[in-house]
Amino acid sequence: MIKTDALIIGAGPTGLFTAHQLKLIGLSCEIVDNLDKIGGQCIELYPDKPIYDIPAIPECTGEELTNNLINQLKPFDIKFHLSERVEEVKKNKENWEVKTNKGTEFSTPNIIIAGGVGSFEPRKFSPKECEKFENKSIFYSIKDKSIFKGKIVSIFGGGDSALDWAIELSKNSKVNLIHRRDEFRGAQATVEKMNDLVKSGKINLFTKYQIKNAKGKDNLESIEIEHDNKEIKNIKTDYVLGFFGLIMQLGPIANWGLNIDKKTISVDTEKFETNQSGIYAVGDICTYPGKLKLILSGFHEGALAARACFKLARPNEKYRFEFTTSSKSIKDRLGIKE
Amino acid sequence: MPKITYIEHDGKSHTIEIANGLSVMEGAVQNNIPGIDADCGGSMACATCHVYVKEEWFNKLPKKEDGEEDMLDMAFEPKKNSRLSCQLMVTDQLEGLVVNLPEKQV
Repeated sequence: MIKTDALIIGAGPTGLFTAHQLKLIGLSCEIVDNLDKIGGQCIELYPDKPIYDIPAIPECTGEELTNNLINQLKPFDIKFHLSERVEEVKKNKENWEVKTNKGTEFSTPNIIIAGGVGSFEPRKFSPKECEKFENKSIFYSIKDKSIFKGKIVSIFGGGDSALDWAIELSKNSKVNLIHRRDEFRGAQATVEKMNDLVKSGKINLFTKYQIKNAKGKDNLESIEIEHDNKEIKNIKTDYVLGFFGLIMQLGPIANWGLNIDKKTISVDTEKFETNQSGIYAVGDICTYPGKLKLILSGFHEGALAARACFKLARPNEKYRFEFTTSSKSIKDRLGIKE
Repeated sequence: MPKITYIEHDGKSHTIEIANGLSVMEGAVQNNIPGIDADCGGSMACATCHVYVKEEWFNKLPKKEDGEEDMLDMAFEPKKNSRLSCQLMVTDQLEGLVVNLPEKQV
């Protein structure tokens, strides 16, 4: 069981800056995120899109903002638990006991939820029949490509993931690539390579088709795909892969006894505390009168929530406000020698 | 103010006056119309404000930008007449617009 002064759920910009604030005031913290990388929506949804409303930064991309926030955390040794999702939160006397889907356990007086709109999960096929074959013959990510060798693989999607895998798997498998329109949004060079493989017969391309049904008793045998003009084709296939990007799902947060309305958590504007003492919500996931879903609001909310954490983490000490420009103890924490 | 009609997947219809300048998505969210999630808040990054627009209206709307079509690739059951409602700005020209909501957004 890991003991920490505060556990942050979510490694997006708000979670990162909140960690900075906690460390500045001398508290320990660890961060859990369901994604396999740091940055949250900034890195997953708009790494290349410029942002124009970060104070004192006229323009930066989601990726640059993330890298700057990571740099700002460099003086501190913060443990990140990536590709882990918090499943359980239980009160045990003074502390919260937290468990992730990988079995990591924490004991902490403070939980700060900086979860954006929830955790990122793959988007799935809509026909209900597909669920039956999920993780057996139908996958939304690939862990072991060797299982596809010599098999028929039908790949859905129009972005880089779908194209890259179609190209890669066409070496040792019979590949069908199916997309809802003629244009692909993958990188130009990848689209050209795919087109070459279609011409040489290595990839069977079906455009303006979408999945309609998945058939088979115990094992997947075939899928039905439907054209824009309603024509239906039946394709024999051993495996189906879907690459439709990620979607945000609130997930287990809904089960922690918090005041949730329309996927957001109600908080006060002094501590950004939820209806549960010692659980705070900051950034896009929190709501209060006048809430703005801006990154800068998340920074403010995190700074205040961090001060609130001090009370529960150091019940016998008094928090004293200090500036980074003048405080000796803050400079020590930052490792700055004068 | 233009009247916009949202028809839920089960057929329940909501006709609402929406101020010019708001998006069709914002109109739905502000009026608690179920069936439009708008997770990303209107930055064309999530495809959870997906709607179907009746053919006669579809051709009257401003054309899609590339980014919108890319996001629609990821929407739940996209069709030829799919749009992201965050990209449809309400103007007087949209008086009487009818949008149908998909069975779900995710």
